[in-house]
This record gives sequence, C-alpha cells and structure tokens, in this order.
Amino acid sequence: MRAEKNRPHGWRTKIAAGLVAAATLFTGFAHAGPTLDKIKQRGTIKVGVGTSPGFFAPDGSGKWQGFFVEFGRALAITVFNDPDKVEFTSSSPQQRLPALQSGEFDILLSGVTVTITRAFKLGFHFGPTIFYDGQGLLVNKSLGVTKGSDLDGATIGVQSGTTGELNIADFFRKSDHKFTPVTIEDSNEFLKALESGRVDALTQDASDLALRRTLLKNPDDYILLPERLSKEPLAPAIAAGDDRWLEIVNWTVNATIQAEEFGITKDNIDTFLTSEDPAIKRFLGTDPSLGEAIGLDPKFAYNIVKTLGNYGEIFERTIGKGSPVGFERGYNQPWTQGGLLYSPPFR
Amino acid sequence: MSVSGITSKPLPIPGSPKPGIGYFIREWWGSYPVTQLAVLIGLIGIFWVMGSNMVQTMHRLGIQPGFAFLSQSANFAIGESLIAYLPSDTFGRAAIVGLLNTIAIAVSGCFLATLLGVSLGIARLSGNMLLSGLVRWYIEIIRNTPLLLQLFFWSAVTHALPAPRQAFNPIGILYLSNRGVSIPALRLHELSLTTLAISGVCIAAIFAFYMVRRKRGIQHGITEFSAMGLLAVLGIGLALRLSGASVALELPLLRGFNIAGGFNLTPEFAALLIGLVVNSSATIAEIVRSGIQSVPSGQWESARSLGLQPGRIMRLVILPQALRVIVPLMTSSYLDLTKNSSLAVAIGFPDLVSVLNTTANQSGQALEALAIIVLSYLALNLSVSAVMNKYNKRIEQRGFLPR
Repeated sequence: MRAEKNRPHGWRTKIAAGLVAAATLFTGFAHAGPTLDKIKQRGTIKVGVGTSPGFFAPDGSGKWQGFFVEFGRALAITVFNDPDKVEFTSSSPQQRLPALQSGEFDILLSGVTVTITRAFKLGFHFGPTIFYDGQGLLVNKSLGVTKGSDLDGATIGVQSGTTGELNIADFFRKSDHKFTPVTIEDSNEFLKALESGRVDALTQDASDLALRRTLLKNPDDYILLPERLSKEPLAPAIAAGDDRWLEIVNWTVNATIQAEEFGITKDNIDTFLTSEDPAIKRFLGTDPSLGEAIGLDPKFAYNIVKTLGNYGEIFERTIGKGSPVGFERGYNQPWTQGGLLYSPPFR
Repeated sequence: MSVSGITSKPLPIPGSPKPGIGYFIREWWGSYPVTQLAVLIGLIGIFWVMGSNMVQTMHRLGIQPGFAFLSQSANFAIGESLIAYLPSDTFGRAAIVGLLNTIAIAVSGCFLATLLGVSLGIARLSGNMLLSGLVRWYIEIIRNTPLLLQLFFWSAVTHALPAPRQAFNPIGILYLSNRGVSIPALRLHELSLTTLAISGVCIAAIFAFYMVRRKRGIQHGITEFSAMGLLAVLGIGLALRLSGASVALELPLLRGFNIAGGFNLTPEFAALLIGLVVNSSATIAEIVRSGIQSVPSGQWESARSLGLQPGRIMRLVILPQALRVIVPLMTSSYLDLTKNSSLAVAIGFPDLVSVLNTTANQSGQALEALAIIVLSYLALNLSVSAVMNKYNKRIEQRGFLPR
C-alpha cells in the first residue's frame, strides 16, 4: 500500500480547515459581555421559571402563563416594547442557580428567595421582592397535626436546592426534634411522595404548596398548616456584574407597583395621559425628559401597564381572587393599603 | 492521522545501529507535522479561551474559587447515611455521606446483578422453552426501555406499599411499609479496642491454621469450613464476654410517625437497587449467553462422552472457558451500573450527585462540586476496572505467547 494513495488532501487544505475551525470556536467564546448586550444581540430575554400553575405553567396552547411569567413579559416590553420577545424555560430548583451563574438564563423568575449567601457567595443580584411568602407545611389531615412541632420523628419531603431544605433543618435543630428528610429534585415526584404516604409532610414556600395542593387527587385530605417557618421574599435574580440590566429589572417591577399606587389600570390608563400631575406625566412618559435621561423608551411604564396592567391586576388575574388559585393579597399590596409593596419615586 | 500513516512508517531494521534522535522526533510528529502542530495549537487555544472565560465570569460574580467551602457548615439534612451526619456538619462530610451511599449502591448492585444475570443467562439457553422464552421477553423488555422510566416504576411500586401504621408485618419482627423494610438489627454496646484485638487474634489464628494445612496439601471440604466458621463465631463471642461488651437484638417498632429501631432499608434505596440490578441483569444475561455460546460445541460433546452430568459440564468445563469472553464485557456492565446510579437524584436517594448538586446550589461552588463528582466517579470506576482486570489476568488463556 502506498502512502500517497491515502492522502485525500494536501497539507495546505488541512491547515486551512484547522484554522477555520479554530476561528469559529474563538468567535463563539469571545462574547461574554454584560447581559444586556447579549439580550439585545439575541433579540429575546431568556427567563428561567419553575412549574406551579398560577405562578408559571404553559397553557393549553403551550404559551407560558402565570404571575412570575407576567413580569418576564413586562421586561420584554421595557427592553423591546414587545411582550413576546421573551423565552421561558423551566428549571428545577437544584439546577436553576448554576444555570443562572453560567449565563444560561438572563434572569430567574422562579420564586428565588433573597438571601445574603446568594447575594455574596453565589454572585447574584436581586430585583425588588415581587411576592412576600413564608415556608409552610402541607400535611395529611388524618395525622391530626396542627403545628410544626407535632411533627417530631416524622418523614418530611423537601425539594433539593431550595431555602426550604435549609429552613426545615434549622427548624428541627432549634426545637431539638428529629425528622427524616426525603430530598427530591423532580417536582412531580415531590408531590407523589406525599400522595403515596412516603412522607408525612411536604415543606416548601406556602404559596407554592397551596398551588400544588390543588394538583393532588383529593386536595381536601390535606391541610396547609397556618404556621410559617421562615421569611421567603421572592424576587427576580440576575447574575452579578451588569448594573444596567439590574436597574431595568428594578424599574420594570417598580412601574407595576407605582401604577397601582397611582390607581392607574390597564383600562383607565389613557385617561391619565391628559393628567397635569407632574409625577404622572413623568411616569407615563408624556413628559419625555425622564426617559431620555435614563436611556429607556420614555413610555416603557405606559406600555407595561397598557399591555399587562398594574401589579394588582397581574396578581388578581393569575393568583388572586379572580383566578382558580384564589390567594389573599396579604403583604402583597401597596404600603398605602397596609402591604409591603413600595416603589421608589419615578423622578 | 490515517491508519496507513502509522503502518507505512519505516521500522528500524534489526541489527542496524540504534535509531537517532531524528527518528524519535519523526515518530512523535507522525506523517503530518504541520497539521499536528495546528491541531495542538488549536486545542490549547480553545482551552485557554474557555479557561479565561470561566475565570472572568467567576470574578465578575464575585465567587471565590477553591475548595475552602468544604469545611463550612452544610446546614442541610440528608435522609440516609452510613456514617453519623447532622446538618451542622461540613459540606465535606456531606460529600463523604453521598460518596458512601453511591459506593453502597454500586457494590451491592454489581453483586446482585451478577447473581441474577448469570442465572438468567444460563436459563436463556435452557432446553425448557417456557423458561428460555420468558427470560427472552424479560431481556427484551428491560433492555429496550429507558432506565429512568424503570426507576420511576420501581419507585412507584415501593411507594405503593401500606403506610407505617398499616405496615405489612408477617412474623412480628419484619415490617414492610412505604417507609421501607425494617428488620431486627444487632447492636454492639460498649465495644472497645480489647474486643477488636481479641477477635482479631482469634480470626488470625484460624486463618493461619488453614494456610498451614493448605500448604501441606490437605483438601478442605464443607465440614472443615463450617468447623472453622463455628470456631470464629465462638472466638468473637469469647472476645465480647472477656472485654465486657454486649450484643443486643434491636427490634423495629411502630413509634409515632415511623417505624423506629432495627435496620431500615429505605424505599428509595430499594427502588434504586432493584432498578439497577434488574436493568444490568438483562445486559449481563446476554453477555453470559454469548460467552457460553462462544465455547465450541465439541467441548459439550466431549464432556458428555466422559459421562459428566449437565450441571457439572456447565460448572467444570463450559463456564471456565466462557469466563474469558464474559469477564471483559462484565467489567463494562459494572462501570455502567456504577455510573447509572447517579440517576438516584430523580427518585430522591441521596447519592453523590444529589448531595453535591445541593452543595453546589447552596454554596455557589458549582465548578468545584462538579470536579468532585467527576473525580469521585473516575476513582470509583478506575478501581472497579483495576479489580476486574486483575481477575481477568487470572482467568485468561495461558500457554500462549502474549498478544
């Protein structure tokens, strides 16, 4: 066998091919700039969500719906003035934080609890809290349990990678009681564990448990204990290092809260366009000086409320009394009505 | 690059002067030195870009690289552990708990899968049409469905058992419920070094006795082995009595929410073990079948003409030869089983991957956690390979020139 016969190309061709391949790879890795650049270049925002109907779930036609999802749409309106330029992907609680770190998502709207560890050690920035929650316990009524401390010696299902996993350990450490955790990543398996009696209780953010309870075969056999084991302020999370992106997230959320405080809704917003109140003029962009100064579309707040409504409307539509979920507003109403929602001034 | 590039290389002629340095350089670079260089530079470039990208990102996020976090408190609880573990223990200890759980699954899984697989493989070749037909169906169904699906199935099966208060309790001391299997456990109390030392001496003495007899060419049968076993048990009993330690039988009992006491095998462990064993046994059965069929039929015939019974033909003539085909393939089955155990994360068994994913998530050190997972599996699988290769050396065909 002669060697020449087995040489399909000369060495020049091979080097050229190698260089082209190397160049392609280089350009692929070279752009690791700030998040906002990537979003504009891509033309969509990549949002990581969870899977609880009411908060985030695809509807019959595959379109994502829910409370957190609406804030993703609001962001797309701020950046692109188009509520559909956003891509939702569900991620398990265990996988979502590394996925955000690695840049797979531009933002997590999956009910991430704000904690100091996540801010400093995990390198995340948090936007304003959009849902004030606390950790609850969902138990089978037949056990006759009325409070968390009755669960001494019980087996409790926790979802891995959540603050719930840490809080429940703290709760039992504090009371010097014992429990056996069953740590489950998959959210369907998590619910099945309670249904099959593998665990005596599930622990997770109370709102989330209330949503999942409706998915059980016999929801009336289970009770969400009134006790709250922790504070769970749920906020949008982004990777640290892009201040401008953080501000866009902040003011997008603030716009929905401020609109409710002003009493501006989806339906009556156009009547405010003629308002002479300078604060409302700045907010809706009828006075364009503010928008120009911050480099955003001066009408971004108008566009958000016109398309999606204010915070209260989003809440009622997705998880409030007007929805199958039927949550009370609780802490999640404007400070003017005794809640915790408070937007800094648009000035 | 191409195979011919290697084979057409001029070999040094025997008896000629030793090849010079130039030969070695040519040898190393091969026939396409410029291409080799370009590929090498390209590879270094890719890793360089990836590495610097990673370092930059971590710096931007303010994450401190390194393994210092392993000594920080983990703060999460782990459902089952072979060593004592509390949420206040460190991330490092949590990782060890996960690793030990993975090893427990891998070792018991490989052992049981071998037993089941070999029996199935032999049954597959049985003259009994019903038996071989059933085994064939078993193998086809198991091999052609995803393992994850099978694990969900076994998880559902173990969870469908009755609740602890209605536990299946056939003989009073064994509980079968959706919290797992609870059996009586032996608990040692006041165990001391003296106990261990005396038992150690007893066992060493019995072993030495056996070795001496074996050197003298004395055959050991079942009677001798049981006698030695009995002696060992007596020796340990004596050691316990002398050192003041005691053994107590702990019975499982329904207490509060759970069945407490005794030895408990959780449903997650059981589901994972059954799932992995059933899955691997199908592959192993096929390996054993092909191994047996690789032995020439002349071997069967000559063994039969010597008057051996079918069971003995299998055990004494066929299997020893079939093993040469079986063992290398079996190694890869064991490696698969070990790696597949990482699917535990889906059904809630706290294995290495599950614990380290949580660690990555709670500490933010994702890359470090990933590195620990990779290195642990690598170490685990390389040790399995090393043991199996050693065994393979022992059984491989002798009396031929090494190939």
